[in-house]
Amino acid sequence: MNISIESVSKHYVSRGRETHALLPVDLKIQKGEFIAFVGPSGCGKSTLLNMIAGIIQPSSGHIYQDGNEITGINTHIGYMTQMDSILPWLTVEENIALPLRLRSTPEQSRHVKAKEMMRAVDLTAFATSFPNELSGGMRKRVALAQVLVYNPTVLLMDEPFGALDAQLKLLMQQRLLDVWRQNGQSIIFVTHDLAEAVTLAQKVVVFSGRPGRIKTIKSIDIPFPRDPFKVRFLPEFKAAYEDLWEILSPEIKKGEDN
Amino acid sequence: MRQTDEAAVMSGVGSLTVKDFEDAQERRKRWIIIFRIIVGVCFLSFWEFASGRLIDKLFVSSPSAVFTRLWKWILDGTLASNLSITLYATFLGFLIGSLIGFSMGLLFGRFRTFAEIMDPYITALYSIPKIALAPLFIIWFGIGIESKVAVSASIVFFVVFLNTYAGVRDVNPLYLNSLKIMGGSSFSSLRYVIIPSASSWVITGLKVSVPYALVGTVIGEFMSSNRGIGFLISQATGLFDTTSVFSGLIILAVIGAFFNDSLGRLEKYLLRWK
Repeated sequence: MNISIESVSKHYVSRGRETHALLPVDLKIQKGEFIAFVGPSGCGKSTLLNMIAGIIQPSSGHIYQDGNEITGINTHIGYMTQMDSILPWLTVEENIALPLRLRSTPEQSRHVKAKEMMRAVDLTAFATSFPNELSGGMRKRVALAQVLVYNPTVLLMDEPFGALDAQLKLLMQQRLLDVWRQNGQSIIFVTHDLAEAVTLAQKVVVFSGRPGRIKTIKSIDIPFPRDPFKVRFLPEFKAAYEDLWEILSPEIKKGEDN
Repeated sequence: MRQTDEAAVMSGVGSLTVKDFEDAQERRKRWIIIFRIIVGVCFLSFWEFASGRLIDKLFVSSPSAVFTRLWKWILDGTLASNLSITLYATFLGFLIGSLIGFSMGLLFGRFRTFAEIMDPYITALYSIPKIALAPLFIIWFGIGIESKVAVSASIVFFVVFLNTYAGVRDVNPLYLNSLKIMGGSSFSSLRYVIIPSASSWVITGLKVSVPYALVGTVIGEFMSSNRGIGFLISQATGLFDTTSVFSGLIILAVIGAFFNDSLGRLEKYLLRWK
């Protein structure tokens, strides 16, 4: 068992009112599993992800990773968000090597590993460029290299490809699937794009609208390796997509009325 | 030949269009410099012409008299001895004020509760016109260079402090969180996120405070001193010697421009990622 979420909830107090972002949820994530969280905005899927990352603390319940409770910032994960989290004042190479530097990896192996990662994401030619000189897709590749370089066993991804155009998104999905096949991390992937969830994940967790809770967990029975460019034409894809849409659409309508 | 052209087009380096574009930019820059010189020459000629003809020479002196005076000061050492003291005081005041301002800005930005407690006092101190502190500083530090350093440091401090403080509060929490997840300590947060992120605010603060540092020193010199550009100006004013007054003003303008240009270079280097 890699990650175990036990009756975890979250509420906020703001302007004298208590808001329930997430009602108590239970979820177990096996080692090497690829899970997607989908749901309407405000359903608490990102909140849950941030609690696994240790950025915010649950109001009740416990989260364990490999048997250890997460009580503060979780440094055993890789975390990638929709916004660019790579540092604009460091070059591509410095950004990719940064986690190693922070983890006091000796300079020699730091350099070798950063070079290796840059090759893996095809950015060797841009080693000394600053992020502002790169395209959106290239910045995403830097961010991906940055979280992969220290080999975390869990990747948390919060709509990481949300800002990319459709084709670039598919390319990044393919890259991610390749990475996952090679390294076998556990991946939790938050998205509002059902097609993306079905393309990537083994299991899709559907959240209900606010207050958030887990509505359904659905296995996607499409064999791997999947090709993001072709998988959408399979009948299994269509069936899974329609099933999930059936479950999700009333939640989205509910959100609209609020 | 075809091959290299194609390569140039593909890489976008050194192609004809790029060359044309760069040439046009270069031409534009040259023209701007030429027009700047023309404006300067026109102004000086008008001044020279008007002096003694349209306006009494006693009030406006004239460029030729001013440059003769400046030349004389250069030759007889007046410039060196007075300029050095003003530069030294300005530079020292600027350095001390910005170092303290920067550190306090970081401190306040990192410790919110402390900042909240101190807030009314800082606002109160900030509202005092720093010039009004000059007489006090003269009592405390004497009429030597120390009191001038204190005046300019006290002005620079607030500008740099407030900018650094704003810069630290402006740091994107996403960067801080992701750095911690990557394994960063609070020291590395400072080194890799907070300071670089706040640097554009800090540099703006530094640039804004250059003229203030000069103001502080000159005001101090006006009030009581026996050397410095401010002293030269105030002494000349007492004697109705407008030629010397204008000479002093020109020296101050040149110092300010020089400081600002140096900071501009520093900014270009530090913010090369923007």
